[in-house]
Amino acid sequence: MKRYAYINDDGSSQELYRDNRISNTKYTLLNFLPKNLWEQFSRFMNQYFLLIACLQLWPLITPVNPASTWGPLIFIFAVSATKEAWDDYNRYVSDKKANEREVWVVKNGIKKLIQAQNIRVGNIVWLRENDEVPCDLVLMGTSDAQGLCYVETSALDGETDLKTRVVPPACMGIDAELLQKIKGVIECPSPDRDIRRFDGNLRLFPPFIDTDVCPLTIKNTLLQTCYLRNTEWACGVAIYTGNETKLGMSRGVPEPKLTAVDAMIDKLTGAIFIFQIVVVIVLGVAGNIWKDTEARKQWYVKYPDEGPWYELLVIPLRFELLCSIMIPISIKVSLDLVKSLYAKFIDWDEKMIDQETITPAHATNTAISEDLGQVEYILTDKTGTLTENKMIFRRCCISGVFYGNESGDALKDPELLSAIETGSPDVIRFLTIMAIGNAVIPVQSKIGAIQYKALSPDEDALVQAAAKLQMIFVDRTANILEIRFNGRTIHYEVLETLEFTSDRKKMSVVIKDNNTGKIFLLTKGADEAILPCADAGQQTRIFTEAVEQYSQLGLRTLCFAWRELMADEYHEWSLVFKEANSTLVDREWRIAEACQRIEHDFEVLGVSAIEDHLQDGVPETIETLRKAGINFWMLTGDKQNTAVQIALSCNFISPEPKGQLLMIDGKTEDEVCRSLERVLLTMRITTSKPKDVAFVIDGWALEIALKHYKKAFTDLAILSRTAICCRVTPSQKAQLVEILKSCDYRTLAIGDGGNDVRMIQQADIGVGISGREGLQAARAADYSICKFRFLTRLILVHGRYSYNRTAFLSQYSFYKSLLICFIQIFFSFVSGMSGTSLFNSVSLMAYNVFYTSIPVLVSVLDKDLSEETVMQHPQILFYCQAGRLLNPSTFAGWFGRSLFHAVVVFTISLNAHAYEKSEMEELSMVALSGCVWLQAFVVTMETNSFTILQHLAIWGNLVAFYALNFAFSALPSSGMYTIMFRLCGQPSYWFTIFLIVLAGMGPIFALKYFRYTYRPSKINVLQQAERMGGPILSLGTIESQPRTVEREVSTLSIAQSKSRSPVYEPLLSDSPNTRRSLGAGGTFEFFQSQMRLSSVYSRNCKDN
Amino acid sequence: MSSTNNAPPSTAAASKRPKYSKFTQQELPACKPILTPRWVISAFMLISIIFVPIGVAALFASRDVIEIVDRYDSVCVPANETDKVKYIQTPGFKTCNRTLTVPKHMKPPIFVYYQLDNFYQNHRRYVKSRNDQQLRDSKEANSVSGCKPEDYNNNSAIVPCGLIAWSLFNDTYSFSRKNVPLNVSKKDISWKSDREHKFGKDVYPQNFQSGSLIGGAKLDSSIPLSEQEDLVVWMRTAALPTFRKLYGRIEVELQENDVIDVTLGNNYNTYSFNGKKKLVISTTSWLGGKNDFLGIAYLTVGGLCFFLAVMFTIIYLVKPRQLGDPSYLSWNRNPGWH
Repeated sequence: MKRYAYINDDGSSQELYRDNRISNTKYTLLNFLPKNLWEQFSRFMNQYFLLIACLQLWPLITPVNPASTWGPLIFIFAVSATKEAWDDYNRYVSDKKANEREVWVVKNGIKKLIQAQNIRVGNIVWLRENDEVPCDLVLMGTSDAQGLCYVETSALDGETDLKTRVVPPACMGIDAELLQKIKGVIECPSPDRDIRRFDGNLRLFPPFIDTDVCPLTIKNTLLQTCYLRNTEWACGVAIYTGNETKLGMSRGVPEPKLTAVDAMIDKLTGAIFIFQIVVVIVLGVAGNIWKDTEARKQWYVKYPDEGPWYELLVIPLRFELLCSIMIPISIKVSLDLVKSLYAKFIDWDEKMIDQETITPAHATNTAISEDLGQVEYILTDKTGTLTENKMIFRRCCISGVFYGNESGDALKDPELLSAIETGSPDVIRFLTIMAIGNAVIPVQSKIGAIQYKALSPDEDALVQAAAKLQMIFVDRTANILEIRFNGRTIHYEVLETLEFTSDRKKMSVVIKDNNTGKIFLLTKGADEAILPCADAGQQTRIFTEAVEQYSQLGLRTLCFAWRELMADEYHEWSLVFKEANSTLVDREWRIAEACQRIEHDFEVLGVSAIEDHLQDGVPETIETLRKAGINFWMLTGDKQNTAVQIALSCNFISPEPKGQLLMIDGKTEDEVCRSLERVLLTMRITTSKPKDVAFVIDGWALEIALKHYKKAFTDLAILSRTAICCRVTPSQKAQLVEILKSCDYRTLAIGDGGNDVRMIQQADIGVGISGREGLQAARAADYSICKFRFLTRLILVHGRYSYNRTAFLSQYSFYKSLLICFIQIFFSFVSGMSGTSLFNSVSLMAYNVFYTSIPVLVSVLDKDLSEETVMQHPQILFYCQAGRLLNPSTFAGWFGRSLFHAVVVFTISLNAHAYEKSEMEELSMVALSGCVWLQAFVVTMETNSFTILQHLAIWGNLVAFYALNFAFSALPSSGMYTIMFRLCGQPSYWFTIFLIVLAGMGPIFALKYFRYTYRPSKINVLQQAERMGGPILSLGTIESQPRTVEREVSTLSIAQSKSRSPVYEPLLSDSPNTRRSLGAGGTFEFFQSQMRLSSVYSRNCKDN
Repeated sequence: MSSTNNAPPSTAAASKRPKYSKFTQQELPACKPILTPRWVISAFMLISIIFVPIGVAALFASRDVIEIVDRYDSVCVPANETDKVKYIQTPGFKTCNRTLTVPKHMKPPIFVYYQLDNFYQNHRRYVKSRNDQQLRDSKEANSVSGCKPEDYNNNSAIVPCGLIAWSLFNDTYSFSRKNVPLNVSKKDISWKSDREHKFGKDVYPQNFQSGSLIGGAKLDSSIPLSEQEDLVVWMRTAALPTFRKLYGRIEVELQENDVIDVTLGNNYNTYSFNGKKKLVISTTSWLGGKNDFLGIAYLTVGGLCFFLAVMFTIIYLVKPRQLGDPSYLSWNRNPGWH
């Protein structure tokens, strides 16, 4: 499908496409109620409650007032709906603001100020500096003589640098006045969401005689929500408007993620539902039998001899309603509430604020904090995630001469400096490519200092380094580049730019030296993309070696090459290139083909090596999380050697004697298959021994493995705790996540760049580093943090606490509902199986909504272990990973507890209030107060740390219970008039309650004490240690001390390791990897084997 | 990158910085109790020390209550009557004489109860079969919702409507000691709050027990409901199928071995469902009537707590265990945990 935008045509063609009204709202005023209700009722729980509430409207069967279900149900629905409505209203307000913003648009040949929503496709929109672009435009003119303008695209892709946009050649140089009258047509594809691609054509109508088709690319567009910067004015033709812009199209609602805990709760709910059905059937049948044998004799009940046809259903349905509270209506509200609080705790956390930029962590997805505590695999990007993405030019090899090897900094290498002095031609060409072989924009400030706006940090590093080496890139004015070298000013004209693509792995510029008129092709790129294209006569061995050497140091390498082009060759080629650029079909492929026709027979100049600093605390973070039983995979687009070196330096893999690195490579299916099988075999053998085995695979082999040997690769993925995947594409990253997820592992993907977005969205939890490569990843992610090291805190503190708290809260919610439900069931045995409710409607509703909800909500403040203890003993995370705190067996414990408590409450209140005291309302209040007291003590016993808020909620709630019931008892119209006053005046009431509490809690308390002392879990041991200041804590502090010792002897360890195999030489002298060699030592090995056992165990659990 | 460019975002970020508080940092001062043996053992000990005396006191209170229970449902049917149901359903006042001996000195107030057994006042059809509005308000005589099937009779509303009122207990007792009638006070036997707020002073029985099937007692239609105390007592439905309801109060002392003659009107049908009828004369204690359950339960729980405390002490002495011993952490040990 194509779209034709007729420029300045005020006729009917405008009506073809929609206006520029943007709408992000989900609802309209009319459809809000039905649509929202429909959405809410698509959940099973809500359907269940609705059914129950409807059944209650039938007075024959309802045991309680229908309001006891309708009230909470309407409340819950109202809360959700209000939240939705509020969000939608805010969207509407911001839409309205954007829609009513005024912009200058040419209408009927006259420039007018109109509202942004009235822009039509084909209108010419005028923007001034710092204006926001109201819709997608094709640039027609700018204030710049060369037709350039600058835009900031941070709202679109998160990149904060300025990008240049250029007027298409056909419109170049048209006068501003004429632009208002310009006519023409733009042919462009139907709206899509690709913000990096636009393939269009422009044809101007006479009198603008240039009737050639002029190709348009993304470089000629101004996209919605970008800002015009550093340009006085610009104007463009609207091509996509309203929600059809690139931004509007890419907006979508992501699938909501379901946590493992949620899935477990759903499962338990299902189990309870089945249990409920069984109870209902049993009691229903028993009730019908009792009715026929006994109740007909009870003359005072006056059962009619002949009932209606549905008579047999009445009693079962009554029991269904009586038991409906088994599934707590409050659980969804409570969980939503605490989950948003978990997210807030993450947002608030002072310890996760990056002190440099003062950016706090942020939880975009508020619903999945528990999953953080259950992570089993972390898939991490390398550049920008493990490393700072702060590139520094360190070394280079020019024409076979190595610079910077001595000092580690080529910029200070006297040899290089003197080579520059003497003007060695290779060195100068090398520096020229460094300075101008890029898309960097120099910005000269008023005081004369030059700042560079670079898209990639590598280019930034190169230009900066070139400037320090006297080759200063001063200005880029349209196609003219100005360079100052040793005081001389040189001008180059850029003829073509062959942009970087991940397939070609190189970028080139074709420039013309304005002095000599010679044309050069300057190329930089990955070694495997450049060296094979080298001139046949050139020896490239030395460069291969240089690349090898540098990447072993963990440095990023780029090869530089050039070639002089003959004028004929260039002109011939440029036609091909232009044509490729203007095709609409397969443009990328055609361009790549065109590039290939010129990018050959290079003269390779040299190799640059750029260092990417490791972020602070990366090795420690990885080590801690490893100890917590989390497996790491590194997925990077970088070279294998670089990746392995970075992996070594950040503790990702261990060097030889302890670790083993297995390669999976091969270019053909057979090779990959053999290699895969060999690795699998080795893995299976070595898993029994405490050895840190990791495998390395590159993108090519991975492609084959995923296509043909998915099964074997999945096996490998299960066996391997560590993997390095290099040279992988974004979609492969996502595929790897998919494989781990298919093995039922909880995966966390962390990355910082646009290439990580798919992996982040695919994983159970996506974490984005809000770093230098823009905010793209952080926007797509569930959590955004500033530094990799915050991951420890995110998982061990926030994830773990969230899991623990939710585990308690959800099981407790079932416990309290079951408790009251069991009492109702027991009561039906003494009320002739007729389905009488012991409790009145008000009490039932208040029990669920107030008495039992508020105390448990403060469990969000509970901490079983202090943060420090968890950090020192990350192994404790295992309890969360394996789901030890919320699973069918723990749930069975809670189920048993509620049954026991129901028996206690029922027997005691029944027997203590027998005979003359067994008045219905009184008995019901005695049993209810028994339940409320018991639950207060249950919460108390399950709470590990009491803050003032907890005391307030637990005991305040008891006070509130009495206050509320006194209030009800004071109302003559309520059923329980004077009951509570009467009860509280009787000593026997208090004795009964006291007895219920002790009989209910005593055995549980004794059991807990016994387990706590004689069968302690690891959590208990650490609790005891922490609170008694026991030996573990001191052990912990000792553990942390060797680090400082290590620092002192780190130089020594370098010397030691240098004598070892050169492959694993820790060459990043200032990286903290040296600690590792002394580091964890013996305990580390124990932990390894032990963790392997544990992970095998947890896998076994899953298989069952 | 450039400092000028960074300045605005960083100030913007500064406002983003969350406000520090102990709550937001989850650092509220917390008390973290741990279960040390000493603490737990003394807690159990303390409980047993508190519970045993209470149990003893409750038992004594219960023992102090003197209770005379006389089951009369079967003995009050003449021996020659084979069909008890038919006997009770024949109209007419059926008297029966019983003799009770006072086992011990009884001090007033002495309560007279009737006890019914296997009578489900808590049955769902029964317990809801009433209309509180009608009982309270004379203007609401026609609100009979929920009273089915005892709502209308001859097309006019029944006051008080519903099964509960309809099945009002109608056995009567009169007592005499040595041929001197014992006065049984029937005043104030119901809850004062019920008389004052639940049953109207100006609501009179209408159309009551006028149907073909007579349930229980009839009401004097000239006395307002609030003064029909038997009805008020009966309408306080019992939660259990065995229950006692207050019949009246004897305000004089009864001496040991006093013989009391009871003349009772045996009218109420419990025979069709094999329910028992008992006459109970009882004193009361500070805990209520005669009920050993509380005392025994307290003694049992107290005893169990004592037992647990002793057990835990023995375990603690025999097998002392250091809390928080790192050797229990398997990761500090050789492999072997899972």
